[in-house]
Amino acid sequence: MSTRFLDCGDTAFSVEFGSTIAPEINSRVMALHGAIASERAAGRLEGLVETVPSMRALLVHYDPLTTTRAALQPAIETLLAGERAAEARSRRLTLPCCYDEPEFALDLADVAQRTGVSEEEVIQLHLASEFHVYMVGFMPGLPYLVGLAKPLHLPRRASPRVRVPARSVAIATEMSVVYPFESPGGWHLLGRTPVSMFDTRRGAEASTLAPGDTVRFRRISRAEYDALEAEAERAPFDIARFVEARP
Amino acid sequence: MSGARLIVERPGLFDTVQDRGRIGFQELGMPTAGAMDRIALALANALAGNAPDANAAALEMSVLGPTLLVEADSVRIGLVGPVEASLIASEGATPKPLLADRSHTLSRGQRLKLGSIVGVTTAYLAVEGGIAVPPFMGSRSTYTRAALGGVEGRKLKQGDALPLARDSASPRAELALAAPFDYGHGPLRVVPGPQADHFTASGHATFTGSEYVVSKEADRMGIRFEGAKIEHSALGPDIVSDGIAPGAIQVPAAGLPIALLADRQTAGGYSKIATIASADLPRTCRLLPGMRVRFQTITVAEAESLRRDQERRLAAAIAALKPARPEGGIDLRALYEENLIDGVVV
Repeated sequence: MSTRFLDCGDTAFSVEFGSTIAPEINSRVMALHGAIASERAAGRLEGLVETVPSMRALLVHYDPLTTTRAALQPAIETLLAGERAAEARSRRLTLPCCYDEPEFALDLADVAQRTGVSEEEVIQLHLASEFHVYMVGFMPGLPYLVGLAKPLHLPRRASPRVRVPARSVAIATEMSVVYPFESPGGWHLLGRTPVSMFDTRRGAEASTLAPGDTVRFRRISRAEYDALEAEAERAPFDIARFVEARP
Repeated sequence: MSGARLIVERPGLFDTVQDRGRIGFQELGMPTAGAMDRIALALANALAGNAPDANAAALEMSVLGPTLLVEADSVRIGLVGPVEASLIASEGATPKPLLADRSHTLSRGQRLKLGSIVGVTTAYLAVEGGIAVPPFMGSRSTYTRAALGGVEGRKLKQGDALPLARDSASPRAELALAAPFDYGHGPLRVVPGPQADHFTASGHATFTGSEYVVSKEADRMGIRFEGAKIEHSALGPDIVSDGIAPGAIQVPAAGLPIALLADRQTAGGYSKIATIASADLPRTCRLLPGMRVRFQTITVAEAESLRRDQERRLAAAIAALKPARPEGGIDLRALYEENLIDGVVV
């Protein structure tokens, strides 16, 4: 599918790279998002307000009092023509996750039964998955993590829960998510992380993850979970402690 | 911070602190929030004496406003919108009506009693210097769904204190709008897309050819309309989530349009038939349940042009603010001048 520019009124347009969830499509979204950020850092693309990456498209917000669609689109097309692989500026993070039943892993038994593997294998498959943050949305800080091991792919639950606790780690289709806040939700709950996905005490750095990040989970005991949760209550985590140092 | 503040003696129905919104964090799923009616916010700030680029935070009031006690030497307010307002000089005193669409200066111990908002959804109370709640991600706008911004991320309740940046009003004459701002009329102008191909020709014809009614499900996040069902094409109602522009009109499987407004999510998975022109967004945000609208399609370039015209008219309205008549009496000079200008003889 070729790249399409789609009209979104007079303050935004969408650059759509495809209609499915696929690495070759999302990497182009992230490449353009990064290229535009570099241009703006260099003082170009005046009137461009912000860009919002999603699974398969980049939404470009602009100020029609400063620029026009007719002026911006050719500039974006030029960036697309010079497209290169996304710079390796994304981070690799390892997030602690406690898979204890019954409090956290509410759907572990159900997922095991539906997928035909043991509960321990479900956990091991989740731990073995390398996830990529394709977008952050629906709620502030909610990461859509693509890359779930194939045997765990399941549709969403037939009846969503009215209340999913904050920091629940869940799966559905080819993805895993972490709920930033208590909210309704239809994903299968496998565990809980002591790391908040959106901690307002960090101000502008509130969101733990950003589009383009790579994430793995690390299994922790209930005792370690409790200790980390207590620590987070006193002061927000510095996200750097979950980020792999670059060689 | 000055220590000056307004105390909420009685909250309104849904009072929130709002500025022009939280810009630059949508990639992290952070909705912009911000004032529903950016025109009224701009006029209220201008009346209060705040420069446009100061992005001062004001109080957005819906349906019914609050009663506020002044705990400052004095405070200048800019009140915009069709809201009943009165001043209570001291405890137990008879309320004295205050006019909206102008500035007023209130002094310590006085109470500002705001009542019903008539004919539109919101009215705005700006204060000189702005409401000094701490900013979050560069904005003071309240986003209630994640409990952030404004006063503890929620609507005001009894006993809240709104911190003021100044402890007294600057000495100058009060100002008033020369004329009510013209928000426009007729169909709401929309640009088709981004998922125009998810609808049949008949679906598009239904959308632009029918009258829709604002349902009771209307809030800062969006407005659900009732009316004729819009037919989807074979591509269907659902999409792989993509970003949502302000004023996007999504149409879930039920076929009824939902306009997405200030508190809209940053991305979503329903097909969007069109986007409301930014010049018609303030007008959309003023709609009350039961009101009827039609949609008319225009191009991106036409929508940009409408917006630039509107911004010129807004700047002209701010430049044309005129000295207000002194309260509690007829200002013969102002009345005379007005008659000369309007050519109206009372």
